[in-house]
Amino acid sequence: MAHAQSKYFVPKPSYWPLLGCIGLLTFFVGAAHWLHHVWYGPYLLFLGATIVIMMMIGWFGRVIHENRTGLHNDQVDHSFRWGMMWFIYSEVLFFACFFGALFYTRLWSVPELGGELHPITHILLWSDFTAQWPLMRTPDNSEFTGPASLSSPWGIPALNTLLLLSSGVAVTIAHWGLRHGKRAVLIGGLIISILLGATFLFCQGMEYHAAYTEHGLTLDAGSYGSLFFILTGFHGAHVTIGATFLTIILMRSLAGHFTADNQFAFEAGTWYWHFVDVVWLMLFIFVYWL
Amino acid sequence: MTMSTQHDAALEQPHPNARRSLAGFLKHWLFTTNHKDIGTLYLCLSLTMFFVGGAMALVIRAELFQPGMKVVDPDFYNVLITMHGLIMLFAVVMPAGVGLANWQIPMMIGAPDMALPRLNNMSFWILPCAITLLASTILMKGGGPNFGWTLYAPLSTAFGPPSTDFLIFSVHMLGISSILGSINIIVTIINMRAPGMTWMKLPMFVWTWLVTAFLLLCIMPVLAGAVTMMLADRNFGTTFFDAAGGGDPLLYQHLFWFFGHPEVYVLILPAFGVISQIIPTFSRKKLFGYGLMVIATAAIAFLSLTVWAHHMFTTGVPLGAELYFMYATMLIAVPTGIKVFNWVATMYRGSLSFETPMLFAIAFIFLFTLGGFTGVMMAIAPSDYQYHDSYFIVAHFHYVLVPGAIFAFLGAIYYWLPKWCGRMYDERLGQWHFWLTFIATNVTFFPMHFLGLAGMPRRIPDYALQFSNFNAVASVGAFIFGFAQLIFLYNVIHTIRSGKKATAQVWDGAEGLEWTLSSPPPYHSFQTPPKIAP
Amino acid sequence: MVKQEKMKREKGTFPFVGPILACVASMSPCAAFADWEINLPRGVTPMSRDIYDLHMTIIGILAVIGVIVYGVVIYTIIRHRHSKGAEAATFDKNLTLENIWTVIPFLILIGMAIPATLVMMDMDDVADADLTIEITGSQWKWHYSYLDQGIEFYSNLSTPPDQIYGAAKKDAWYLREVDRPLVLPINKKVRFVVTSTDVIHSWWVPELGIKRDALPGFIYQAWARIDKPGTYRGQCAELCGVGHAFMPIVVKAVSDEDFSRWVGQQKKPHAAPRTAQWTMETAMARGKALFNRRCAACHQENGSGIPALFPALNTSAVTVGPISQHIDLVLNGVPGSAMQAFGPQLDDAALAAIITYERNAWGNDTGNLVTPDQVRARRSTQPTKRGNDQP
Repeated sequence: MAHAQSKYFVPKPSYWPLLGCIGLLTFFVGAAHWLHHVWYGPYLLFLGATIVIMMMIGWFGRVIHENRTGLHNDQVDHSFRWGMMWFIYSEVLFFACFFGALFYTRLWSVPELGGELHPITHILLWSDFTAQWPLMRTPDNSEFTGPASLSSPWGIPALNTLLLLSSGVAVTIAHWGLRHGKRAVLIGGLIISILLGATFLFCQGMEYHAAYTEHGLTLDAGSYGSLFFILTGFHGAHVTIGATFLTIILMRSLAGHFTADNQFAFEAGTWYWHFVDVVWLMLFIFVYWL
Repeated sequence: MTMSTQHDAALEQPHPNARRSLAGFLKHWLFTTNHKDIGTLYLCLSLTMFFVGGAMALVIRAELFQPGMKVVDPDFYNVLITMHGLIMLFAVVMPAGVGLANWQIPMMIGAPDMALPRLNNMSFWILPCAITLLASTILMKGGGPNFGWTLYAPLSTAFGPPSTDFLIFSVHMLGISSILGSINIIVTIINMRAPGMTWMKLPMFVWTWLVTAFLLLCIMPVLAGAVTMMLADRNFGTTFFDAAGGGDPLLYQHLFWFFGHPEVYVLILPAFGVISQIIPTFSRKKLFGYGLMVIATAAIAFLSLTVWAHHMFTTGVPLGAELYFMYATMLIAVPTGIKVFNWVATMYRGSLSFETPMLFAIAFIFLFTLGGFTGVMMAIAPSDYQYHDSYFIVAHFHYVLVPGAIFAFLGAIYYWLPKWCGRMYDERLGQWHFWLTFIATNVTFFPMHFLGLAGMPRRIPDYALQFSNFNAVASVGAFIFGFAQLIFLYNVIHTIRSGKKATAQVWDGAEGLEWTLSSPPPYHSFQTPPKIAP
Repeated sequence: MVKQEKMKREKGTFPFVGPILACVASMSPCAAFADWEINLPRGVTPMSRDIYDLHMTIIGILAVIGVIVYGVVIYTIIRHRHSKGAEAATFDKNLTLENIWTVIPFLILIGMAIPATLVMMDMDDVADADLTIEITGSQWKWHYSYLDQGIEFYSNLSTPPDQIYGAAKKDAWYLREVDRPLVLPINKKVRFVVTSTDVIHSWWVPELGIKRDALPGFIYQAWARIDKPGTYRGQCAELCGVGHAFMPIVVKAVSDEDFSRWVGQQKKPHAAPRTAQWTMETAMARGKALFNRRCAACHQENGSGIPALFPALNTSAVTVGPISQHIDLVLNGVPGSAMQAFGPQLDDAALAAIITYERNAWGNDTGNLVTPDQVRARRSTQPTKRGNDQP
């Protein structure tokens, strides 16, 4: 951590943020057009994503450069830490929304449709439907056919839990290595952590494939399918982001960027990784197991 | 590091007030990381969109002037009310609040700028992109979104026009802007206070923004999740909100209102902060009960996260839930009442003068309180069965938003513009603007209480004959209101260009760090933290 | 003597006042029916009266608080002016006062909450009803089904489009009149089970003190006991699309005997539609009127629809293609879209007229005259369903 500056570093004007906005707009417009089967939708989407990635490389690169040239003081470091914490907080709320939907569907709407709480809906509208969770047979099963079967939570899901938990341990060990100046531990821990994360993603991909081809568990298989894919899907996206983050941290560690008192980015990566881990635990318990 | 030196060279800026070419002008405003510039950008966007949303309101009121479909067709009318709501909330009131926050918070806490200035730039520039996307939906095939700003499923999912997907992505962008902006505000207030600027010395405007930013971080991700589920139901065959697959339209409402109710506090808390700045200044007396004001602000915010289903009293939620949400909603009246009493106690036995900012603040006290009273009425669940989805609700929220948030922000501009640009506004024009606006607001929105009680539902382009008279009155009021805002626009522009020079103190009762700076303040103020008396 | 003079004077003034008032009244197109109503109706059910009483009590309490608060502000504005030389005091806290105005509002709220809770509990109690009506909202009409009596029918807005879009004079119950009102007996506890076939609607009759959202796929309940015969009007109270303003509710409360008589009349079988007088002219005329009222909201009067939302009928393969497919589509709707099944909503003659009109208007010119018999024949080839069920 560079202590050379006592003044808080206020960056000069920059074009990276605007580029990011243009990238975001292009991305979303592309996404909407893709959903409407307009031919240039996918191209716009990928163009937008590329612009956003370029923005991240440019902008974060700039921040790293400012850090490496000693422009950041402790106060700046604190700003980054607080910022990352509140960002993760907002991500927690994002997942809370989907978990809320899961609990509501499971504890209210499905039982209500099955007549377990106030029979009248069931009697007059959905007399053939029996409430169950996971929802294997939906109220209108001809339109939204429920899954034929589900994989056991103690197969790949349990393995995935092990993978992510170990990955969290690995990154913590890497952190220990950083704090105690043990470079081999730092690099090794990061590599193992990333590999475990990548394995998780691969297994999750296999799960998805099996869900679609063997079990009939699809996005349109009723509420269980909807909730399953939106929860695990966004989680998988966050694991991907986290693993990318850790990879960049690995590269910076190899380049020797981090020291015991200049390690914000490293810690931010580990916080994010632990957050992703905790979300998985919640998923495993409430989506797969119970 | 060639890239960075090239980057710096490309952005080498002359002094901001120096003459520049068009290219220089654009580069300045597109790439700026300065909180004052970004505050100006937000406020200019907000004012522009105020006229856009206002024009929509005038078309709506023109249609409602008389029974019969005379001006637009019912589908376009539904698009208008949807866009009017979305624009006023997301493109006018929220950016105005953030604009004030950007200008004022660093100066009020003795900081050189926001904690993350480049992030600040991005938070702003996302908005024009998002709003362009939003507005473009009106022109799309199938028409713009026509299901109300609340986007209820299944009207928006199974029956929404193709432009709905574009709307959803626009909402995502608006959310990202708010989340990034809120992170910046929270970190700034926690980490950038000058030494000696302790928590209990913070101006109320800073406290209210700290709490508002926290609320935004709680609710915008939930809105993002809800509209993502909408997108999935529309395009991927999911059934979050469809009973046929095990879902429930009410799930959408629970998620939306978990966002939506705190959202209205996001709109009003910064306004509360402004009032807490203006009233002590023009009463020449310290804010009464500062400690309790802080606690009340926090209480309002926490409570607001727990009361969302009072928007759903008539949907058939179970009795226990109805009663809980009724009690919790009624409870919010306590901290809100405390704030009103404290403002009144600040004025009481002060030495009052009635410049334009104070006029707006006093009008706020009268009329926002009236909106608060109708809020208590609506909190009573059985009574809400008659009020819900009627013009009584429309009256309530326009009272808390127009003479609430808008009056506070108008007052804030009159109050702080002389500091920002170093020139006084024309007080006579300000008074004209105030009185026309005040009268027009009441002529427009007070009759709506009667319409609602008499049985007129909301979101209808045509109505039964018994509702004609008050609708005609309201429409006349709306047009007066609209034209009165042109006085404000003229006054602002005229002030910036050629107003009389203002002093640093500007208002003799004003206290706070921003008044120790020159008018206008230096482009980079408080680069060295100020000394703050213990 | 004096009395006569007085009468003369009154007789003298009346001729002037009357015409003046009439002139003023006639200047406003709707003056005869416009109201300056400012309050909730007290209504005709115990529930509506309870709500009204609660409403007035709360207003009373808030008015007192308002008078006090506004009074202090007005007093301060007058008395504590800088321009009159008032010196600002220096106090900025007073713990006693702050405690008082925290605790007292809290107690007032508890006082309000108690009667509100009792009314809420009463509202929730739908048990032991004498009569159950299933109310189903659709775009843009209500369907009523008397579950115990086995009667059901649709209730549509009956105001002609000419009054809404054109220059025709608006009648007294403009936008609040229907072709078939909901008939209910007085002094009986009526339970309403409410749902929807498509989007969320809301069944609201202020004088009955009832508002219940109609959610698709779910049933929520409400109840009322009407104690005065009369006609009570309401409207849909949840935005449900372009026709939201055009789906009113009319409840006709009658005595028990009148109700039984009405039930008896409904149960008589409908006369089969006569096809003897079925000509192209009658079919087209009737079809056009029905189309404009029931179909044009989406497909537009000129048949051009709204691109990407509602298909055009003037350039459609359906309206010039095989008649049987056209009939099937109108009978069964298109599941998962806004096109409802009109089979259950309209009789064979109405459907035949509409389909004939669609096949010949706007340049379609197929020359087909679709008969009620043809419609009946297609009906019998498929199971009839209520409009709200997905096939």
